[in-house]
Amino acid sequence: MNEIKPSQSIGIRKSLVDGPEKVSGKAKYSSDFMPIGCLVGRIFRSPVAHAEIIKVDIEEAKLLPGVKAVITGDETDEPFGILPIARFEFPLARDKVRYRGEPVACVAAIDVETAQKAIDLIKFKYKELPAYFTSKDAMAEGTVDLHDHRPRNIEREVDFELGEVDKGLSDADFVIEESFNCAEVCQVQSEPHAAIAEYDAEREFITVRASTQVPYYDHLMLAKVLKMDEAQIRVVKPFVGGGFGCRTESLNVTLICALVARAANGTVRLTVSREETFITHRGRPETDIEMQIGVKKDGTITAVDYTAIQRGGAYSGYGVVTILYSGGLLFGLYDLTAVRYKGFRVLTNTPPPGAMRGHGITNVRYAFEALLDKIATKLKIDAIEIRRKNLLKGPNYETLNEMFINSYGLPECLDWVEKESQWNQRKGKMGKFRGLGVACGHYISGASKPVNWTGEPHATVHLKLDWDGSITILTGAPEIGQGSSTMTTQCAAEVLGLDMSRFQIITSDSKLTPKDNGSYSSRVTYMVGNATIDAATNLKKILIEAAARKLDANPDDVECLGEYYSAGSQDEGLTFNEVVTAALEGTGTITVKGNFDTLPESWGTKKYRGGAVSGSMAYAYAAQVVEVSVDPDTAEIKVERVWAAQDVGKALNPLSVEGQIEGSVWMGMGQAISEGTLYHNGLGITNSMLDYRVPTIIESPPIEVGIIESIDPNGPFGAKEAGETSLIAFIPALTNAVADAIGVRPTDLPVTPDKLMELMEKNTNNAKSVT
Amino acid sequence: MAEIKNKTNLSCTVNGRASDNIVSDSLLLADFLRETLGLTGTKIGCDGGECGCCTVLIDNAPQHACLTLAAKCNGKAIETIESLSEESRLSAIQRGFNEKLGAQCGFCTPGMVMAAEGLLRTNPDPNEQEIRAGLASNICRCTGYVKIIEAVQSAADELKMSGQAL
Ligand code: FES
Ligand code: FES
Repeated sequence: MNEIKPSQSIGIRKSLVDGPEKVSGKAKYSSDFMPIGCLVGRIFRSPVAHAEIIKVDIEEAKLLPGVKAVITGDETDEPFGILPIARFEFPLARDKVRYRGEPVACVAAIDVETAQKAIDLIKFKYKELPAYFTSKDAMAEGTVDLHDHRPRNIEREVDFELGEVDKGLSDADFVIEESFNCAEVCQVQSEPHAAIAEYDAEREFITVRASTQVPYYDHLMLAKVLKMDEAQIRVVKPFVGGGFGCRTESLNVTLICALVARAANGTVRLTVSREETFITHRGRPETDIEMQIGVKKDGTITAVDYTAIQRGGAYSGYGVVTILYSGGLLFGLYDLTAVRYKGFRVLTNTPPPGAMRGHGITNVRYAFEALLDKIATKLKIDAIEIRRKNLLKGPNYETLNEMFINSYGLPECLDWVEKESQWNQRKGKMGKFRGLGVACGHYISGASKPVNWTGEPHATVHLKLDWDGSITILTGAPEIGQGSSTMTTQCAAEVLGLDMSRFQIITSDSKLTPKDNGSYSSRVTYMVGNATIDAATNLKKILIEAAARKLDANPDDVECLGEYYSAGSQDEGLTFNEVVTAALEGTGTITVKGNFDTLPESWGTKKYRGGAVSGSMAYAYAAQVVEVSVDPDTAEIKVERVWAAQDVGKALNPLSVEGQIEGSVWMGMGQAISEGTLYHNGLGITNSMLDYRVPTIIESPPIEVGIIESIDPNGPFGAKEAGETSLIAFIPALTNAVADAIGVRPTDLPVTPDKLMELMEKNTNNAKSVT
Repeated sequence: MAEIKNKTNLSCTVNGRASDNIVSDSLLLADFLRETLGLTGTKIGCDGGECGCCTVLIDNAPQHACLTLAAKCNGKAIETIESLSEESRLSAIQRGFNEKLGAQCGFCTPGMVMAAEGLLRTNPDPNEQEIRAGLASNICRCTGYVKIIEAVQSAADELKMSGQAL
């Protein structure tokens, strides 16, 4: 039996454990549950952007036959929100509406037509207030405050200086500054928001299934707005059609669905339209950035001084965190010795943004990398070289804001893109209207301090081993398409040396699986992966001890080969099933758990208020080279090719890592060249997938992925973030490539043909007036 | 309550089985499949004709079920994602999507797979450009399409090798 080897799962291209359900159409998403007798919910939304509510008259709607319940803001006076310090949003508006499309009432009826008729019978009386659709207008003197406790409509102001910025700027040989505007963008995940809630009046118990990335936070918010005991609520996350951050906080859709189901004493399915999904929003805020960078002649950065203003919409959501990330996450990519940051999160009469992929740092990184590129051109330093010049002196590096960098594969990422894109041979020699650009980015592997501090570990995973020799992984980690269930299975299988087919996985059912904070900030691989390794190690210990008992050997002498356990000196070992039988003797079914906790040194800085935000156990790094061509007549940008290198620590599943990087690059491309929401007096005019301009398969470029493995000392098998970093690097790499192609540098996103044409024309006119 | 609506007899085949129903004239095919027949594999991702999640085959041609009235399908053969697996084995296209990671969240996948099915039935050996054109009405927000193109290519290769045409 010498040939028996433990099965290997890590580092191997694995298709998704839940792939067959998805490709066969068997996978059930929230709107696919249609129990008999299920009612349909429909939301009445505000037709105005800012108003005092005088009356929401639902009497006639209630009387319509087939209508089972109509609820308004009177249904609950408990506000919700992701951050304990900023909960002032109600599932259904009370007193005031603050953005166009804000939910005002909800109907539950026997079918859609009846529900819609009831909606048409609702009479909404209001008194309009002045509304502000830009940060500038909302912050102006003499405005009406959206919320009484937020004077001048400032949700949060962040102000810090680390290092000596004025000195850095005066020591610089060269200071350059620029303003950037980045349009608001939306996730446009494939599945519109949906929930189904089943209220059991007899037991006063509610079961809620919802499209969510954070079932645990939903659970908390459901208990709060329903004023129910948490134990009387069960939250289940079915298959979820993408997230990218649009579901990292409880959405009003889920809460309203539960409220109306209780009011109707029944089961209600609430699936909102694509337009309503846009209105629910939680995307990336419009951001205005003014940035100044000082450099020495050799390209060494001496200081950075910048301001970011975010149009935060009508409610906080993650806003405070977003504006803090925009400051804290400037650190950790390059060696910065002096940084001043001023951030303003502003409340406006637009739908609230949230924590979109690349949360908080994407737009700031774009500005920084664009400016760095401009400096390189001015100083005639190669764009890759100027980045090399400013690399961290790491790993084992501590940033000014006390982020600890334990693994740092950025240098290798730069080497890879330089070589693969033939940068040195081709840069500057691409011919007219064709160019190459480079940029870098980084991102956290989970926030080291959770938004809800409870003293529990960051992640807990259970493994159940039963008489049949199968192992069930029980995890609260929400699989939303990113492949977390596959990752978890790989980790457990690797530790136990078993084939992945021995495992089943059950995720995100509050009555079955251990609590998990959710799928956001790229925390799952790092935290849940580590917790899984811990659980599997604990199980392995039990199995080794059982084998030792059976073999009459010392546990230290027992070797686990996955399907086979042997004791050094003996010829005959035990099969896995024999070990399982031995292990269950006298105890029955075994459940073990594993935990993961972050190290206190990763909890961020106390140097400024909110400095804990951006502290993480590990940071992933990316360098990207983008090749573009620009149509001289239409100013249309075509992305010809992309070389995307990312340091992911260790690629647990290279197939999945590639998929994440390709998806990130492509989503970054949307933000860079075509995507952006537009409002007309607060009315969203880009609330469809055609008007919003998501790129299609036709515009999608070939993407070469370079996986760099720096093996993080604390990551699961060395792994860290894989699904966000490359989005961040793409955007500036693209605009830098455009600058290389046409000699003018776009500053505002997205770089649409009309904007670029204007820049090109200005440039030609300038050139003409010079000659 | 909803007043009596105009209704039509709908006789068609759905996934090879005869289906006779009386449907309201305004019922969309997508809702007929999902709500009347319980075939929830067909997804609805937008408010009409934007995303392709609802793509089904009507007489072999990929169509948006969200833009088609059920009543207009009289006498037609409708095929949905549920029809492709045989005896619970994945079809070549489904296998391609599974193995090449053409599906991440999977919400666009039924529509993508049906669009690919329609494409390979008319063009068993598409080049990359033709695959892109064949899937141009379907939006995927997860994959960046690289692996979707590979999935379709690998399915076409597999079918070619095994001498099967769709
Ligand atoms: S559901 Fe989007 S095109 Fe039919
Ligand atoms: S796999 Fe998620 S939208 Fe395509």
